[in-house]
Amino acid sequence: MRKFREFIIEKLILICGLASIFFVVLIFLFLTKEGLSVFKSVTPFNFLFGKSWYPISEPAQLGILPLIFGSLLVTLGAAIISIPIGVACAVYIAEIAPLKIKEALKAGIELLAAIPSVVLGFIGMVTLVPWIKSVFHLPTGLTALSGSIILAFMAMPTIVSIAEDALYSVPKSYKEGAFALGATHWQTIYRVLLPAASSGIVAAVMLGIGRVIGETMAVMMITGNAAVIPQSILVPVRTLTATIAAEMGEAVVGSEHYFALFAIGIVLFIMSFIINITADLFLHKRNR
Amino acid sequence: MVKFSVKDLNIWFGQIHALKSVNIEVEANEILSVIGPSNSGKTSFLRMLNRLNDLYPNFKMSGSLEFDNKDIRKIDIESLRKRVGMVFALPLPLPLSIFENVSYGVKMHGIKNRNKISEIVERSLKQAYLWDEVKDRLSVTAFKLSGGQQQRLCIARTLAVEPEVILFDEPCSGLDPISTAKVEEAMLKLKKDYTIVLVTNNVKQAARVGDRTAFFLSGELVELDKTEKIFTAPNDQRTDGYIRGKFG
Repeated sequence: MRKFREFIIEKLILICGLASIFFVVLIFLFLTKEGLSVFKSVTPFNFLFGKSWYPISEPAQLGILPLIFGSLLVTLGAAIISIPIGVACAVYIAEIAPLKIKEALKAGIELLAAIPSVVLGFIGMVTLVPWIKSVFHLPTGLTALSGSIILAFMAMPTIVSIAEDALYSVPKSYKEGAFALGATHWQTIYRVLLPAASSGIVAAVMLGIGRVIGETMAVMMITGNAAVIPQSILVPVRTLTATIAAEMGEAVVGSEHYFALFAIGIVLFIMSFIINITADLFLHKRNR
Repeated sequence: MVKFSVKDLNIWFGQIHALKSVNIEVEANEILSVIGPSNSGKTSFLRMLNRLNDLYPNFKMSGSLEFDNKDIRKIDIESLRKRVGMVFALPLPLPLSIFENVSYGVKMHGIKNRNKISEIVERSLKQAYLWDEVKDRLSVTAFKLSGGQQQRLCIARTLAVEPEVILFDEPCSGLDPISTAKVEEAMLKLKKDYTIVLVTNNVKQAARVGDRTAFFLSGELVELDKTEKIFTAPNDQRTDGYIRGKFG
């Protein structure tokens, strides 16, 4: 009887374990099947590098280059804002902050991570967008820059908590070794702790960026959604994610437009896959 | 000449009274061995001398501790640690190449001239008896070295910043007998130019290299005398018991 129970439990756990892989494979297959159908009507080259996205004109123009640029621009902006602040914050929490401030900061960061993206988008819409409009004297404040700033807030918790972890797990002896040579606190942080934690910090950054590139709701609300190749960071852009979210509801099932949205899904999937793999490589480098 | 003068030193880590009224004078160019069982306060004593205990947030001290007749708390902490180098129990190379490990401290203290740096690195590695084993692969990561070589690399790193005193914290506890012999040989040679304080769990090592030996027990300095005296006719029977291996 006991053996039988063992057997059942073991198999149940096995099924649970396999389920996650099974679903990923299923999703991927579905995505590929639907997405690849678009290439019956447009070549992969024209799809990826076409400069205009007019999915419901006659004939439909399905070039996603403006969307790719939109996603990359917003992501790049968010990275430029969030990486220095996030890493510096992690250094402060891990090394400098007194215990009480450290606890308060960590709680604050967790709270930031807990804000739903739609709320962030909403707050951005009513505060940041008008502000950007008036500061830069723009016709509209719905720009790539607004998106970058809000997304930076979303990437920050990931970057801070993982980078802080990486800094914290640097052996204490490294620090003592550097101090014993007469290094100042900053020299120790800059020359010993940061290099020793570098792989973990890179992984933190990659995961933060991964979160940004897949984010939909907030960017849809505040980037203006104009599918043109952006000439600066102060114009409206449309990202890959926002395109899918905005258009999926109105696309006719089985139409070119419908398949094209799935193909965008594949592009996104590949992008975040690459980012995650890179992060993973760095994380494992650290553990080796 | 007296290097360190310790008078009525008491230290606490939170509630724990780690050193109790310790009085010691460390002479220049001697090797002072410090022995005692674990938790006897010998490492805490050593870490007082370069103020590494200050890293603990709940650390407190009373009494006086002078380095070259100057209150240790009035000396700028970075320059104190430059003058009083330390070699740790476990070899801790930094995640850098062999060359960079040695040049790290030199650069940190503001020497920029490349030839000068190479010169210092070579001299330090020679002093630590490591040069011949590594001279062909200075750019290799320090983790490729054996444990004994890593420890001598750490000695070279400490020597490179030209300290006056070197503190050894159980430097051979992780090493095989041959590497231990090499480290001890290096210490005996270094005595000419440096003052050495050696904390060791290995009583025989204290007997081999120490000019004088201090015996700590439960945070108290039980006895301090010439090494031969301690190992042949100690005054205190607790010292006698420890060096004969009756406890500890």
